[in-house]
Amino acid sequence: MTDRSAAETTGPDQFIGATPDNALRNAERADAGPVLAADGTPLKKSLNRALRLSKLRALMLIAPLLIFVVVTFIAPIADMLFRSVENNIVADTLPRTIAALDDWDETTGNPPDNATFEALYKDMYRAVEAKAHTRLGSRLNYELTGMSSLFRKSGRKVEDMGEVFQDQFEDLDGFWKDGENWNALMGTDSWLAAMEGWDTSDKKGQPPFEMRDGLAAMLPQTATAFQDYAQFIQRVDEKNLARQDPWALVYSALYNDLTSGADVSGYTGPAVAELQAAAAAVDGFETVDYRAAFVDIDEDWADPEVWKTVRLYGPNLTNGYFLNAVDMQKTPQGVEMRPENQQIYITLFWRTLVMSLAITGMCILLGYPVAWLLANLPARSANLLMILVLLPFWTSLLVRTSAWKVMLQQQGVVNDTLVWYHSTAVGKILDPVVTLLMNVVIGALNAVVWIWNLLSGIWGAVDVELFTYAALGFERLALINNVTGTIIAMTHILLPFMILPLYSVMATIPPVYLRAAKSMGATNWTAFWRVYFPQSVPGIGAGSILVFILAIGYYITPEIVGGTKGVFISNRIAYHISSSLNWGLAAALGSILLAAVLLLYWAYDRIVGIDNVKLGG
Amino acid sequence: MLDNQPNDGFVVFDRVQKSYDGETLVVKDLNLSIGKGEFLTMLGPSGSGKTTCLMMLAGFETATHGDILLDGNPINNISPHKRGIGMVFQNYALFPHMTIAENLSFPLEVRNMGKAEREEKVKRALDMVQMGEFGGRRPAQLSGGQQQRVALSRALVFEPDLVLMDEPLGALDKQLREHMQFEIKAIADNLGITVVYVTHDQTEALTMSDRVAVFEDGRIQQLAPPDQLYEEPQNSFVAQFIGENNTLEGTIQEIKDGIALVKLDDGSLIDAKPINVDKAGDRTQISIRPERVEINPDLGASAHTLKAEVLEFIYMGDVFRTRLRVAGNDNFIVKTRNRADQQRLEPGTQVDIGWLPQDCRALDA
Ligand SMILES: Nc1ncnc2c1ncn2[C@@H]1O[C@H](COP(=O)(O)OP(=O)(O)OP(=O)(O)O)[C@@H](O)[C@H]1O
Ligand SMILES: [Mg+2]
Repeated sequence: MTDRSAAETTGPDQFIGATPDNALRNAERADAGPVLAADGTPLKKSLNRALRLSKLRALMLIAPLLIFVVVTFIAPIADMLFRSVENNIVADTLPRTIAALDDWDETTGNPPDNATFEALYKDMYRAVEAKAHTRLGSRLNYELTGMSSLFRKSGRKVEDMGEVFQDQFEDLDGFWKDGENWNALMGTDSWLAAMEGWDTSDKKGQPPFEMRDGLAAMLPQTATAFQDYAQFIQRVDEKNLARQDPWALVYSALYNDLTSGADVSGYTGPAVAELQAAAAAVDGFETVDYRAAFVDIDEDWADPEVWKTVRLYGPNLTNGYFLNAVDMQKTPQGVEMRPENQQIYITLFWRTLVMSLAITGMCILLGYPVAWLLANLPARSANLLMILVLLPFWTSLLVRTSAWKVMLQQQGVVNDTLVWYHSTAVGKILDPVVTLLMNVVIGALNAVVWIWNLLSGIWGAVDVELFTYAALGFERLALINNVTGTIIAMTHILLPFMILPLYSVMATIPPVYLRAAKSMGATNWTAFWRVYFPQSVPGIGAGSILVFILAIGYYITPEIVGGTKGVFISNRIAYHISSSLNWGLAAALGSILLAAVLLLYWAYDRIVGIDNVKLGG
Repeated sequence: MLDNQPNDGFVVFDRVQKSYDGETLVVKDLNLSIGKGEFLTMLGPSGSGKTTCLMMLAGFETATHGDILLDGNPINNISPHKRGIGMVFQNYALFPHMTIAENLSFPLEVRNMGKAEREEKVKRALDMVQMGEFGGRRPAQLSGGQQQRVALSRALVFEPDLVLMDEPLGALDKQLREHMQFEIKAIADNLGITVVYVTHDQTEALTMSDRVAVFEDGRIQQLAPPDQLYEEPQNSFVAQFIGENNTLEGTIQEIKDGIALVKLDDGSLIDAKPINVDKAGDRTQISIRPERVEINPDLGASAHTLKAEVLEFIYMGDVFRTRLRVAGNDNFIVKTRNRADQQRLEPGTQVDIGWLPQDCRALDA
C-alpha cells in the first residue's frame, strides 16, 4: 500500500496541468484575489467579454422563437391579469356622473341631487348615441342584478328627456331647427368654407369640425356638447354634419348656458339676433326635473343602492372581480362574504385542488408500475406496451371521455358486469364480506375527509361520494356525473403524462444498481426502496407537476362526466368566457388559479427541489 | 465433484453450463476450484463468458446445468444476504443519490448494524483506500479513480470472504490502472480475502493473480499461475493470447527423445517440444517467444536453423525489435536486449535463426 504522499502525487485527483478539474480549482482559488489575464485585465472581466459575444449570438438565434413565445404566451397572460382588475367602462361611460357623485352623502339614504341626475342625463345621452349603455348595464349587472334592464330601459327614453328644450327653442325661432344654422353659429369660417368645397362622395374626407373662437368662453356647455355631437357624427357615424340636426343634448346645454347668465350682449358673430332673442326668452322656458324624469322611467333610480353601486365601481381599477372570485363582495360598508347561497367559487377552488391532487396520486400509483415495466421489459414487449400507453393520444379526447360515459353510466358496462357478478354464486357469498370491508373503508375515509374539512374550517357533512353498496350491494353504483366519474376519467386521460416522464427517468437507471444493492445483502424490497426508488423520484416529481398542472386547468372531461358535483373551477371560467361574458371575473378566477399553481410550484421547489425534476436523461 | 482439487475448494464450479437463449451455450462445461485466500483471474477475449461466470457466482444468473458451490454449499441454497460476496462492478455502481459514506454504510445498514459500529467501519474502510476525507461527497463529485477506490472499499466494508471484481479498472487510464492494480493486490493480500477478478488485459492478469483462468468461447483453455501460463502455454490459443508470440505452421516429422522435428510448410526443418501433438503426420503450430529466438545461433551441429530475411528494425530503448520473414511468415519478431555489442540488423540482411528445442512448443494447429 502506498503512503499518503505517494497518493498525493499519483492520485487520481492530482494531475498537474490544464485539466478541467484544475481549472475549477484555479477558479476557486480566484476568490482569494483576482486572477489576471495575459493583458492585465481581471480574468473574470475578460471572460465575461468573451462570453458576451457568444451570448448575443445565441440570443439572435432564438430571437424569433422568443418573440413568438412573448406574443402568444406572455402577452395573453398579461392581458388576462390586466382584465381581472380593469374597470374603465364605468368611468369612461359616466364620467360626469361619477364626478358629481363625489358630493353625495350616501348615508342619508336619499338618492343624489338633481345635478347628479343632470350629469347622468348628459352621460347617458352620449352613451346611447354610442350604444355603450347596454355594455355598461351588463357590467354593473354582475354587481347588482337589475342594472342591465335599468340601463336598457333608460337608454330608450333618455333621448326624449331633453326634447322639452329643443321644442321650446324651435318654437321660439325656426332658426334653431336647422343643423345648417347651428353649424354656421358654432363653426369657424374656414371650416364652413372647407365644408362647402368638400366632395361628399369622398366619405373619409369630411373636414373635421372647428369651433369658433370665443364661443367656448361664452357658451361653455353648449360648446362642449356641440363639439361632442360634431365629433360623433363625423368620426363614429361618418355622416355629413351639414345634413344632421343637433342632439337634444345641445339644446339643453344652450338652455343651461343662457340661464346661468351667459353674456351674449357683446357677441357680434353670426346669428346675433337669434341668440340674443333666445337669451331674453329662456327665463320663461319650461324646465326639466331630471331626477323626476329618471325616476319616472324606472323607480330604481331613486334607490340609493343603485347609486352606491355606480359609485363603487367608478374607479378605473377594481378588486371587485377578485373579491367575487373568492365569494366576497364589495359593499358600501366594506368587503364582506357573500350570502351563503351565493358562495360557489371557494368550494370549487378547493374541490379542484383536492381532486387534482387525488388524480395526481392515482396517476402515480397506476403509472409507477407501468413505467417500471416499460423500463425493464425486453425491448419487444416494452415497445408493445409503449404503444398501448400512447394509444390514447391517437384517439380524440372527446371519444375517450365519452367512452367512459358508456362504461360507467347506470346501465353501463361496469354496472352491468357488477349486477351479473352479484347474481353469481361467488358474488352471493362474497358480497356481505365486501360490503362490510367497504363500509369500514368508507367510514375511515369519511372520517379523514371530515377531519380535513374541520381543520380547514368547514363544519358539517362530508361531500365525498364513495362506493356505496345498498344493503347487500345489488344497487348500481353511481360512477358518473359525480366526483368518482371525474377522477376515473381524468386519471385515465392524464396517465400517459405520468408514465412518460417516469419512464424516461427509469430508463436511465442502470439495473446494475439493484444488483449492487443485492450483492451487498439487501433484500429485493430494500434494494428497491433504498436504491431504485430514490433515483426515480425526479420522474415522479416531473410527472406529478405535469399531471397536476394539467388537471387543475382541465375542463372538457369534468364537463362531460363530472355532473354538478364533479366540475372544476375551469368549467366556471369557461362559462364566464363563453356564456355570461363576464371576462373580468373569468380573468380573476384564472389569475387565482395561476397564482395557486405558482405557489404550489414554489412550495414544491422548497420541499423537493426543482433540480430534482427530470423529464429524462 | 472434481477429482483432484489442488486446494480447499472454497468456490467450486462443477460442470457448469449456461445458455441465455436455449440455443447456444455461453459457458460450456466449466470446472474450476478456487482456494480460500486465492487471487484468481478470469482472462479472455470479449464475449468469452467471463461476466456470465461472475454473475452466476454472485447469484444474478442461474446456471443452466451443473453446480456452483460456495464453501461446500450449492449457491442457490444460500440466500443473497448470507452469501457474503462483495462485488465491484465495471462502472462502480456507486449509488448516485447517496454520499460516499452513505454508500459504504448501506451494506452495514441492511445487516442491521448499530450506528456507532457502522461509522467506525466506514471510516476504516475509507481510510484503507485513502479516501477518508471524501465521505461527505457524492459519487459524481469524484474522479474516476476515486470512485473506483470507493467501489472497492464498499465491496470490502462488510468483510466478505469472497470479492468479485468485473473489470474494475477498465475505465481508468494506464498509469492509474497500474497504480490501482498494485493497491488492490496489496489490500487483498492484507485482508486474506478470496478474489475472483475479471479482465481482458493480460498484463493485469499476470501481475496480480495467483492463478489465471484463460477463457475462450465458454471454456477454460488453461488454468495456471502467471509464469507457467507464459512459459508453458498448453495450446495455441493461450500461446497467442498471452504475451507476444511467433507462430509457424507445419507437420510433425518425428517425435524422438521428447523433441519433435517439425517440417514447416516451406520444407525447412526445426526442433520443438511436443505439447499437444502425439504422432508423426499431425498438423502443428509451433510457438516461440520473441526473446527466445537467437540470431545466427551457435547451437551445435545437430541443431536445425532457419533462413530469415530482416524486414524491419525497431529501436525501443531497452530492447531491439527485429521483424523478419521466416518460412513465409512476414511477422516473425525477434527481441534482443540492448547490449553494447549487440548488432543492429539492416533491412534486407539475410540471417540464420534458431532456438533451443525446449523453448519452442509444438501445439495444436
Ligand atoms: N443477458 C444476456 N442475454 C443473452 N445473451 C447474453 C446476455 N449476457 C451475455 N450474453 C452473451 O453471452 C456471451 C458471454 O457474455 P459475457 O458478458 O459473459 O462476456 P464477457 O466475457 O464478460 O465479455 P466482455 O469482456 O466483453 O465483458 C456473449 O456472447 C453475450 O452476447
Ligand atoms: Mg464482461
